[in-house]
Amino acid sequence: MKTDFTIGSANFKNRVLVASGTFGYGDETKELVDVAGLGGIVTKSLSWKPRDGNPPRRITETPSGMLNSIGLANIGVHAFIEKKLPYLRTLDTTIVVNIAASSVEEYCDVLRLLDDQEGVDAYEINVSCPNVKEGGLNFGTDCSKTAEITSKLRPLTKKPLLMKLTPNVTHVSEFAKAVESEGADGISLINTLIGMAVDIRTRKPKLSTVTGGLSGPAIKPIALAKVYEAVQAVDIPVIGMGGIVSAEDAIEFLLVGASAVQVGTANFIDPTTGVHVAQGIEEYCRKSGISDVGELVGALDAKVEFSVLQSWL
Amino acid sequence: MRILDVKIVSWEQRAEGLFALSLESREIARATKAGQFVNIRIGESTSPLLRRPFSISRTEGDLIEILFNVVGRGTEMLARKKPGETLNLLGPLGVPFGLDGAYETAVIVAGGLGVAPFPLLANDVRKKGKSMLSFLGARTAAHVTQEYLENVHVATDDGSMGFHGTVVQLLEDFWMKEKPKRTKIFGCGPTRMMKALSEFARGNRVECELSLEGDMACGIGICQGCPVERTSGGKKYSLVCVEGPAFNCNDVILA
Repeated sequence: MKTDFTIGSANFKNRVLVASGTFGYGDETKELVDVAGLGGIVTKSLSWKPRDGNPPRRITETPSGMLNSIGLANIGVHAFIEKKLPYLRTLDTTIVVNIAASSVEEYCDVLRLLDDQEGVDAYEINVSCPNVKEGGLNFGTDCSKTAEITSKLRPLTKKPLLMKLTPNVTHVSEFAKAVESEGADGISLINTLIGMAVDIRTRKPKLSTVTGGLSGPAIKPIALAKVYEAVQAVDIPVIGMGGIVSAEDAIEFLLVGASAVQVGTANFIDPTTGVHVAQGIEEYCRKSGISDVGELVGALDAKVEFSVLQSWL
Repeated sequence: MRILDVKIVSWEQRAEGLFALSLESREIARATKAGQFVNIRIGESTSPLLRRPFSISRTEGDLIEILFNVVGRGTEMLARKKPGETLNLLGPLGVPFGLDGAYETAVIVAGGLGVAPFPLLANDVRKKGKSMLSFLGARTAAHVTQEYLENVHVATDDGSMGFHGTVVQLLEDFWMKEKPKRTKIFGCGPTRMMKALSEFARGNRVECELSLEGDMACGIGICQGCPVERTSGGKKYSLVCVEGPAFNCNDVILA
């Protein structure tokens, strides 16, 4: 069974990665997960300086989902290189480092510093965090800013550059095209959707920042539609995510055209989910007489022409 | 730390609205230290989606016991579980209480369900040859559970049992009269109670550890969902799940 795939210089042993912010820096789960069963690990977002993150309350459960407002709490790229990367280097899986920043210069500085380091296989650029004032969504919902960040980062590295886009826009396909034309190697989609929850007893919002990012099974149908829209618009690979908890969920994403998937919120319930999803995809292929998981990518049997569909998206 | 399917062995009501669930897991029972918790997946479906954290109240042989109130959908489902059914547990998790030290008497101060971690602590205190004083606060006499604790003093909000007032007021009265020496306080309960307890401990120069609660998803430090503000130490927040739940009261700022 062929399970591997490549994006630029990065090889992934299977098409299931764990999403940024849902698997820490890889060392928190070492007693629980054999990461050799994963296609890759995407690290928690890293900024130049450490970030404290938002005040509590940062998390609340919603129907089949959760809202978070972590605010990019992270140890900063310097501590990452010193304390976390040495362990990540020892792991038998591909390491994608996620970068978040509040200015174009900061994205460039973080990437430059990381590019000299051994053990970083690819980058995922977070232009879509809904929980910080600067950077994050005001970049990710601005198509020209998203394009600018891509164009400034592109010359700084030969390693694959994945742009992680937000679903909180009218047409994600425009953003996908913009980053493709600026030289991105791939697109990660979707980051969380803006959401809100209210405590009717206290009449206060449940999150300290009022709104937060919605994730989990509740968002899967939206994620599938956004991924479908993006893959129709670009030729570069799209890594799909949003509410995946099972192999069946992941296969839906592959069928609509995602080249790979990321498991996110499910890791909070069981950090071995990604490994089980990868195994489940293989089993599905074996039962269906498929010898390469890649055959599933874009194999959707859709009766509606995309041009017609576009008016609905 | 393990992820395990464990069997519910027995179930009983301990007080008004307060239930005890006994679960069979040799691995977790043997590895658990007082103050640690388990993160429990209550159903297979996506509702509720996330695990729910519970203090490990007691261990006996291969059994662990948790205490809970029915407060929402998750605990409502938990209350309907029957012996023989299984639950998926992640644990034991978190930093336990610090039981070593020069103190001779452990002073347990619990408000409501905050009594949960103390039967196990009491057991370890006994094993260390130290004595124990227990102060329990509850809404009414019907809400009091004092199993496995010694030298229990009770305060109730309505005065239906023991002292009429808060558990920290009861503690203050006791301190004035008895002036106990070489003590260490272990506290758990609602935030307002723990704030008052911290003030008491600082005012009387008694070492005090608190077991905190936080809204968390993972319980293992990856979701970053359960920050508590620190008083010092170079960063603004600690995570309740991996840097606690037991904290020295001087290290945290309760919101």
